Amino acid sequence: MKKQQAKAKLEVQAEDRTPARRDRRGLSRRRLLAGGAATGAALPVLHGLVPHQGMHAALGSGEAAPHGSGPGHGEAGRAAHGGGSNGPTFRHGATVDHAANGFDPTKMLRDFDWGKARRQASGRVLREWTLVATDKQIEVAPGVHYPAWVYNGRVPGPTLRCHEGERLRVRFVNSSQHPHTIHFHGIHPSQMDGVPGIGAGLIESGGETTYEFSAEPFGLHQYHCHAGPLAEHIARGLYGAFIVDPKQGRPEADELMMMMNGFNTNFDAEGNQVYAVNTVGFHYVNEPVQVGRGDPVRIYLLNLLEFDPINSIHIHANFFHYFPTGTSLEPTEFTDTVMLGQAQRGVLEMCFPYPGHFMFHAHKTEFAELGWMGFFEVGGASERRSAPAAFCDLPDGRGA
Amino acid sequence: MEAGAGAPRRSEASVGPPRWVLAAVPLALIGAAIAAFAALGGPGLGERQGPPVEELAVERTVLRPGEIELSVRNTGPDPVDVSQVSVADTFVNFQAEPAREVGRLSEQVLTLDYPWQEGSPYAVSLLTSSGATIEHEIDVAVETPQADAGFFGLMALLGTYVGVIPVALGMLFLPFVRRVPASWIRVFLAATVGLLAFLAVDGSLEGTELGEQSGGAFGGVELLFLGAGVAYLALAALDAQLRSRREQAGAAGAGGWRLALMISVGIGLHNLGEGLAIGSAYAVGALALGAFLVIGFAIHNTTEGLAIVAPLAAGERPPLARLAMLGLIAGGPAILGAFLGASVSSPEISTFLLGIGVGAIVQVIVQIWPSIRDEGGRSLYPASVAGILAGGALLYATSLLIAV
Repeated sequence: MKKQQAKAKLEVQAEDRTPARRDRRGLSRRRLLAGGAATGAALPVLHGLVPHQGMHAALGSGEAAPHGSGPGHGEAGRAAHGGGSNGPTFRHGATVDHAANGFDPTKMLRDFDWGKARRQASGRVLREWTLVATDKQIEVAPGVHYPAWVYNGRVPGPTLRCHEGERLRVRFVNSSQHPHTIHFHGIHPSQMDGVPGIGAGLIESGGETTYEFSAEPFGLHQYHCHAGPLAEHIARGLYGAFIVDPKQGRPEADELMMMMNGFNTNFDAEGNQVYAVNTVGFHYVNEPVQVGRGDPVRIYLLNLLEFDPINSIHIHANFFHYFPTGTSLEPTEFTDTVMLGQAQRGVLEMCFPYPGHFMFHAHKTEFAELGWMGFFEVGGASERRSAPAAFCDLPDGRGA
Repeated sequence: MEAGAGAPRRSEASVGPPRWVLAAVPLALIGAAIAAFAALGGPGLGERQGPPVEELAVERTVLRPGEIELSVRNTGPDPVDVSQVSVADTFVNFQAEPAREVGRLSEQVLTLDYPWQEGSPYAVSLLTSSGATIEHEIDVAVETPQADAGFFGLMALLGTYVGVIPVALGMLFLPFVRRVPASWIRVFLAATVGLLAFLAVDGSLEGTELGEQSGGAFGGVELLFLGAGVAYLALAALDAQLRSRREQAGAAGAGGWRLALMISVGIGLHNLGEGLAIGSAYAVGALALGAFLVIGFAIHNTTEGLAIVAPLAAGERPPLARLAMLGLIAGGPAILGAFLGASVSSPEISTFLLGIGVGAIVQVIVQIWPSIRDEGGRSLYPASVAGILAGGALLYATSLLIAV
């Protein structure tokens, strides 16, 4: 919720307990002369549930009549979706130019960057990456451009992945016009913390440094710039996922990285104009996430949204095992919705037993209708089906 | 300029170049300088700093079932490209006509696909290609009426209810006014001044608020002053014309008639603004309130009828046709205002028309002022002051009925 609107709401409530009727009762000559055009503070009305239900209806139940029967919902889900009571949508016909952006949210889902690894004399693995910060205009909604600051030309930055206990070396080159750092979440010495004034401190434009530390603890973490003003340096796009696999690994699964983010395109620092998973609003509505029926699916979910205190995910017609921060191999919850504060993250493990289209979105429905909404498209089973992981079972051991 | 001063100039001009050349040379030089400056792209000024300045004013909102249509005008210096639109924090599909970006002072019609609910307020946010947002608030969503014959009939009826009939009723006080002593008449005229002063202040405040809301491409509050200036000067000219005709005709006692006509014109221009209010109320679907509004305006406007007949107390009995004309001049514009308010109302037009009303009223006050002087030539004496205050108080009290 934008602060501004919350304020408007309070004002309205202060003067009238029935805000929707306010203008009828308090209609003054001045208000009338304005033609009802521009006076007064309007109360934002969230019609979240109406289109939401419409979407359910339009998509059908999934099993018998999979999809494509709903209005405006085409073969591969690429045709225009939503509109009116069928739910939120960007302007029909307009698309984001992924080539110009230099990254594609669909490819980003499964793009894990293991860096360059070599075994040292000690037997320990040394893993190396180079991250380059630049300033880059990106299209976050069709036709809407945002002057982002990026690591390696993309938002979020590359998904850095390693194993617990490895030695990590991250060379950071700042080719942006602004000073930046990389601050990793994890356990490391103060010198390697990537904050101003400690260790290498701020890396000025044109400068570089190398951060080196051990991969611990295992789990799902993130890295981000820590230059001030912090909110802006994160909001502009300088963040990425940092996955430390447990030594023994996790059960094989179709793994997806989902970074919940948003863009305050008008820079008012009050909420965001566009919300998304992996940067482009409604991307997975137009290009649903393809998964196999019965396949174990693991989602690395992070929340790097700025200016809004919380975010959430809800997956339709299914439940998942939830591992907060991914730091334990025992799930804490079997649920269909989790809420995350800023920088909170967790691992979701699940299977899709039915074919068809399944919506997923923030159940902070305002975000959903401003871009943070997508679909899984469950097709035929892949070979992974032959070795179903334990997490495809319900908590009490019943088969899914 | 005196005739004596003109003679030597004429002889000077006869020896120099023709007079039109003296005007054409500076005009040509000004044109050449501007063209050169524009052609060279403003030498020395460089590029403008900072991001584009994107401004759009929503001039008209039309609501149809499942659809919101916004007519927007670019009031800023740079072109604006509306890339996405959200209503109540939900992105919506929309059509734009023309489809491309809008240049300065150009217009675009955006048709939004959104299932709005009757009676709810909505915040519409236009997201431009640069990520800027332009907010527009719909106070109460109500289906916009179609401008058909029935609609114009209804507006005419409303205008008649609030303008013509109450003014005519107020004028029925004429026989009473003609029977009271001259000192009472002066008090009535003082009350008229108070009444008009209230309307002038009221109109100015409304116009100021409206002017601040307008996009600014065609001016904001200055339109109020412009309108006021136009009306004041036009009425002053009209008055001068009426005076000279009276002098030519040598008609005695026509002063009262002239004053009554001036008051009618002033009040008529003011009622144009009131008609706007009623038309707008209809356009935003506040007609449930219409009955209250009509009653309020009716009581309010009855006092205006009284103001018109006050100067007719002395002199010969005015013919009925003339009285009817005065009533129509004062009340009829409410009908026109209702049409305008319900169909083409924009903050700019409304501000300008309010200014017209204010200027007209100020001019009328100036006209009436000499008539409230007592035998000693004083304008402000206890009875006249009481009259002015009573007039203002009467209008204040009746205006409360309108804001029900």
